[in-house]
Amino acid sequence: MNAAPLLAVEHLTIATAGPHGVPIVDDVSLQLDAGATLGIAGESGCGKSTLLLAIMSITRTGLVHRAGICRFDGLSLFDATERELERIRGSRIALIPQNAGTALTPTIRVGDQIDESLKLHTDLDRKQRQQRIVELLDAVHLPTPATLARRFPHELSGGQLQRVAIAMALAAEPVLLLLDEPTTGLDVTTQLGILDLLVELRRRTGVAMVCVSHDLGVIARLSDRMMVMYAGQSVEEAPTSSLLRRPAHPYARSLIASIPRLSVGAIPAAIPGRPPAPGSAPAGCRFAPRCTKAAAICIAAAPPLSEIEPGARAACHFPDTAPLIWPAAEGHSKHESASSKPLLAIDDLVVSYARHGLIERTMRRPTGANAVDHVELSLHPGEILGLVGESGSGKSTILRAIAGLWPALDGEIRFAGKYDLDRPAATRERSVLRAIQLVFQNPDASLNPRHTVREILAQPLRLYFNLSRAAMADRMSSLLRDVRLDDGYLDRYPAQLSGGERQRIAIARAYAAEPDILLCDEITSALDVSVQASILHLLRDLSGSRGTACILVSHDLAVVQALADRIAVLYRGRLVELGPAKGVCAAPAHPYTQALIAAVLEPDPDHDAGRVPAPRERDDRVSAGCPYAGRCSIRIERCFEEMPHWHDVATGQMARCIMLPGAVGAL
Amino acid sequence: MTDRAAATFVARRLGVLGAVLAKPSGAFGVGIVALHLVLALFGPLFVPYDYAQQNVDTMMLAPSAEHWFGTDRLGRDVFTRTVLGGREAIVISTLATVIAMAWGGFLGIFLALVGGRIDEIIMRGVDAMLSLPWVLTVMIFVTALGTSSSVLVPVLGFSYGLAVIRIARSAALDFVARDFILAAQARGERRWTIVIRELLPNVRDALSVEAAMQWSWMILGFSSLSFLGFGVAPPTPDWGLMISDSRGLMAVAPWTVLWPMAALSTLVIGINLAADAFAKVLGVDRTRKVPGQ
Repeated sequence: MNAAPLLAVEHLTIATAGPHGVPIVDDVSLQLDAGATLGIAGESGCGKSTLLLAIMSITRTGLVHRAGICRFDGLSLFDATERELERIRGSRIALIPQNAGTALTPTIRVGDQIDESLKLHTDLDRKQRQQRIVELLDAVHLPTPATLARRFPHELSGGQLQRVAIAMALAAEPVLLLLDEPTTGLDVTTQLGILDLLVELRRRTGVAMVCVSHDLGVIARLSDRMMVMYAGQSVEEAPTSSLLRRPAHPYARSLIASIPRLSVGAIPAAIPGRPPAPGSAPAGCRFAPRCTKAAAICIAAAPPLSEIEPGARAACHFPDTAPLIWPAAEGHSKHESASSKPLLAIDDLVVSYARHGLIERTMRRPTGANAVDHVELSLHPGEILGLVGESGSGKSTILRAIAGLWPALDGEIRFAGKYDLDRPAATRERSVLRAIQLVFQNPDASLNPRHTVREILAQPLRLYFNLSRAAMADRMSSLLRDVRLDDGYLDRYPAQLSGGERQRIAIARAYAAEPDILLCDEITSALDVSVQASILHLLRDLSGSRGTACILVSHDLAVVQALADRIAVLYRGRLVELGPAKGVCAAPAHPYTQALIAAVLEPDPDHDAGRVPAPRERDDRVSAGCPYAGRCSIRIERCFEEMPHWHDVATGQMARCIMLPGAVGAL
Repeated sequence: MTDRAAATFVARRLGVLGAVLAKPSGAFGVGIVALHLVLALFGPLFVPYDYAQQNVDTMMLAPSAEHWFGTDRLGRDVFTRTVLGGREAIVISTLATVIAMAWGGFLGIFLALVGGRIDEIIMRGVDAMLSLPWVLTVMIFVTALGTSSSVLVPVLGFSYGLAVIRIARSAALDFVARDFILAAQARGERRWTIVIRELLPNVRDALSVEAAMQWSWMILGFSSLSFLGFGVAPPTPDWGLMISDSRGLMAVAPWTVLWPMAALSTLVIGINLAADAFAKVLGVDRTRKVPGQ
């Protein structure tokens, strides 16, 4: 390493304020040379965002700098005066916050917001600044930069806002860029674009980066070196490619192994237990209680972060040196649907969120688009059907229509061949209500904060079954056992549970009704990866042992592929591809499915996402034909005019695209 | 509720009271209110004179060892009448507050849940009625039906409940869009079950604080009615009536007016201080505006 790195953090400790302050970042050291990139990975609550802010000498309210130094370009930031810090922040070190949409002021044009930054940090005159704004917006590949600068934040998409935030951060030509979850909340295809932009900017300007993310795929793509944090401490630090291939620390190994991968297709292993709450970390190794290799020494003494090979350090008494081996896809015990009669048949479903009131009609611009547009789907008993697509593709809307929470405009949903579900939940028969249960994305919102677990589980039991007190208690115990919890949870409130435990309770509540169909709406996206894996295992075991059919909505293709028998791909409310999970992921036929799969990032240094034809210029015409036409890389004029028919591409797999081999002949 | 859950519940309530008492303003407010309640409850046991006993020899005497608060123009002991003067106001306003909270609270939560046209129509009606001064509404009923407490309680409860509807509706609106309400709807729970089991526990804190505020306004409102002659009939002692009776004596015998005024205002201030402290402890934002339409 260089004698004087650009950034050196030494033994930094950030703790909560007060005499009994609890460390949030605990004795962390790191170094970054000019132009280098470092990724910081870890689960929520591990202190990674706090560390990132501390690099700018910012501590959130309630936190204090306890010990350690942070030296940026020779200046010790915690000893610097406010004047000195002001000169550095925003101009030499720039931060790209997690949610760019909320970080921009809604009432100021985006160009003017970049102008603010230029005024503050450069000596350019008005004319030069205007020129620079256009250059910056062009540098982040925003279309028509001069017009775009005059737009307000709400007129831009999430990906565009993120690009504006990057342009703003680059305005003063910083030497260090701090990124806090730069792509979290964006769709996969948009995410890939942003990451490519960051890689390109780094190559062009030589800016150094520190990137915090829970997504190892993002870190793998963006950084040369990476650090894994656990309970406020750095547990391993090494070049990204070697760390991902041969993680030495058991936590890093389990974390990497808990990520579902498209290339593997099996449900990954979960990490048992949960991280210690700040202040209650064990005396020895903090991971010891969850570690499979923990020995007496691990509980007695905290292992120091020591070099295990040149350039790689890990804090473990028994560092592993073997490469990580992927479990082969399990022998497919997946459900074979084929000939059985469908449990649920959706025919020509149209759902719209357009308002119909007089005031709403005059106040809102009519969008003319339906959230779900002529969708046909079927679900067989015991089958797991995955619905994938970007945000706004209508996948959650389909679940709402099935559950009777939003009326269908047109079409039919038939349950068990005889019940027409064209009625809101309030007027449905009790037996139909019982048979279809919904699990929501965020258990924080789907469990009443004022109910104990007992009350939560009692609701469906009381509503659907006529049980005695004793029988009810028995059912609750067995439900809790089914979701790997115990009776000790009965009198707790949701706030006293971890995120994963809450989602288990939500699943137990759905299973309390003994449903035939379980509708799962992004049930793992609010959870950490290590917890996600355990929820996925649970769902597969429960639906397998009871033969419950599931519709699994997710934006994460790897999650869906690991669980689902079939996958349906949606784009703007239209179904574009349908087929067996393996087939769709291995050989996607529709250009949109291809783009979606190509954009999946894997935490693998060898994995190269985005090897697809470079996206063509977008065509923003309203398409009367294929909804994807405007973004498609292989579109022809006809795509805008007619909706393509279904074409069989393989056994059970079909797609709707006129450019498919079979369809071309018809041209 | 099981023993353990009940224990947590009680512990939480006790914890809240403890936290309120730990605040100087909270302890002060709760103390004043408690003192008033004790005086109203046990006053008849220790007051030195008969509240209705008129005496020409002792008219308008200044405070002395014999008559601590002096006497009024009919020679009645002001201390006795002040101690007893809050009884009617407290009883009637408490009952009326219960009625106001009950119908206003439930209707407000219900409207937040159903939304749509029903909500729109009823809320417009509530707005229209709120635009009338409440004294006018009450006076119409009181003139027609008399001033007995069996008229005053429901009439006050009704007119004050209109404001509670808006508060309860806005508090419940924060929760109706949450997934746990959707989950209950998807399960097929009845609307009233959702109101009572799902929403009520979540708006309980906000409504408790609101009830305290309503109570203090109700006491003021009832005293105003007495002042105007629509409340308690003489010779029953009542603060509003005492102030009204003696207001001409302000310059000559100020004690006849100041003591009942002090009693009324300390009770109202005490309730407000206590309510603010509870609001802070429970995390209820009292400064939030009721969303307009």
